[in-house]
Amino acid sequence: MDLTLQVWRQDGPTTSGRFETYAAPGISEDMSFLEMLDVVNERLAADGKEPITFDHDCREGICGTCSLMINGKAHGPERGTATCQLHMRKFNDGDTIVIEPWRATAFPIIKDLMVDRSAFDRIVEAGGYITVAAGSAPDANLIPVPKPVADAAMDAAACIGCGACVAACPNSAAQLFTSAKVAHLNLLPQGQSERYARTEAMVDTMEQYFGSCTNHGECQEACPKEIPIDFIATMNKDYLRAKLKNRRYLSRTP
Amino acid sequence: MASTTVARAATSRPAPQKPKRRAPLPIELYRSAVGKKYVMAITGIALMGFVFFHMLGNLKMYLGPGHFNEYAEWLRTLLVPFLPRTTTLWLMRIGLIVAFALHIHAAYSLTRMNHAARNTKYQGRRDYVAANYASRTMRWSGIIVGLFIVWHLFDLSWTGTGYTFVRGAVYENVDGSLSRIPVGILYVVANIALGFHLFHGAWSLFQSMGWNNPRFNRWRRDFAAIFAAIIVVGNVSFPLAVMAGVVGVG
Repeated sequence: MDLTLQVWRQDGPTTSGRFETYAAPGISEDMSFLEMLDVVNERLAADGKEPITFDHDCREGICGTCSLMINGKAHGPERGTATCQLHMRKFNDGDTIVIEPWRATAFPIIKDLMVDRSAFDRIVEAGGYITVAAGSAPDANLIPVPKPVADAAMDAAACIGCGACVAACPNSAAQLFTSAKVAHLNLLPQGQSERYARTEAMVDTMEQYFGSCTNHGECQEACPKEIPIDFIATMNKDYLRAKLKNRRYLSRTP
Repeated sequence: MASTTVARAATSRPAPQKPKRRAPLPIELYRSAVGKKYVMAITGIALMGFVFFHMLGNLKMYLGPGHFNEYAEWLRTLLVPFLPRTTTLWLMRIGLIVAFALHIHAAYSLTRMNHAARNTKYQGRRDYVAANYASRTMRWSGIIVGLFIVWHLFDLSWTGTGYTFVRGAVYENVDGSLSRIPVGILYVVANIALGFHLFHGAWSLFQSMGWNNPRFNRWRRDFAAIFAAIIVVGNVSFPLAVMAGVVGVG
């Protein structure tokens, strides 16, 4: 395959970027999208030019490190697929492919196609964590979990935190990410004790960084794990309850 | 090899400087974006109720001036022996004004928040999958409907707009205003904008309110489409009927 790439190049966080055009001839259709970029980078390096910086890690579709806006779609044209699992056979010979980084104020560009997604870490931190040794894991089936509940929690827990939902959202909202993180704990019996405190803290933190949801539904189409926007509705419900409940608890504190 | 250390940009928005004092629950909720979406959904439901009954009541114009003006008088005399004349009407109007104000303010502040959340737009062309024309033009359809309502109030409630306006002569005023072709077209266009606004809003409110259940999820989109269609067909029929001479004094 012979391709033409239009790649966003930006030297650093504070410099302004621009699209640059690269010819990418002789690409195998069996390559993944990232392998194609590797080939382009090898050639750039051989020519003494700066290779394109992009995020990647496991290349198995499970770590959430790869990103890329490909032809105006987060993770490219294939539904339920992270960029690393996207194959060049999904493109045609002679195509021009436009590659851009995620764009959101909370995801500042570090270089070229690499963005800083640590705002997601702030949301997860707000959910709470323990730093003491809490003993070994309890017996697996000690707490009964109904099968549909376990399945729904697992659907939410499939979130790999790649940020495609924010990138795809016309409002740069992080509702799908946050609702998935909230739901995979809130659905399970083990997550009940801090359910409302967690929901309120995570949503409030999310709103410091990201936009607000207007229910376009663009996020669930972009999500490589196909997490549905149903979790957003659940989070909204829990947030309202949290506002009611937490206040009741607060009023009891001396 | 490229250098391994990269300068990090200051991560986006700073946390608010001082924690705000805890306010009463509705205000506390309204401070958050999720809470504002609740307000948009609740006021949206109220406004949808108004739009529906406004359309339903206006269908009376097809029964002739007697019925239509009688209906207008009935609105002013709602609950009359119990409350003074026009009191009920004014209570409903105040409710509507509050709903409009909150709906518009919430939309305004959420829009500002969303613009701030993407300070650099995508430089390439976006390819949307789920976001439709209605959902992406909510701000514009909302502004068109809002401006239209101001015109509509001047036109048929307050002063008239250049035809012989007689306060309280509802049927004759409708005929006088809408029989002018440009005005009739304005009403048609504004109601189509309202239809687009309702097509997304009447679906979106379910998500904002957290009304999500596999039992009825597949009906939510249908409900919004049917509701928007009923409103548009009903409302657009009035200017068309007046321009066609089906409704009119002459």
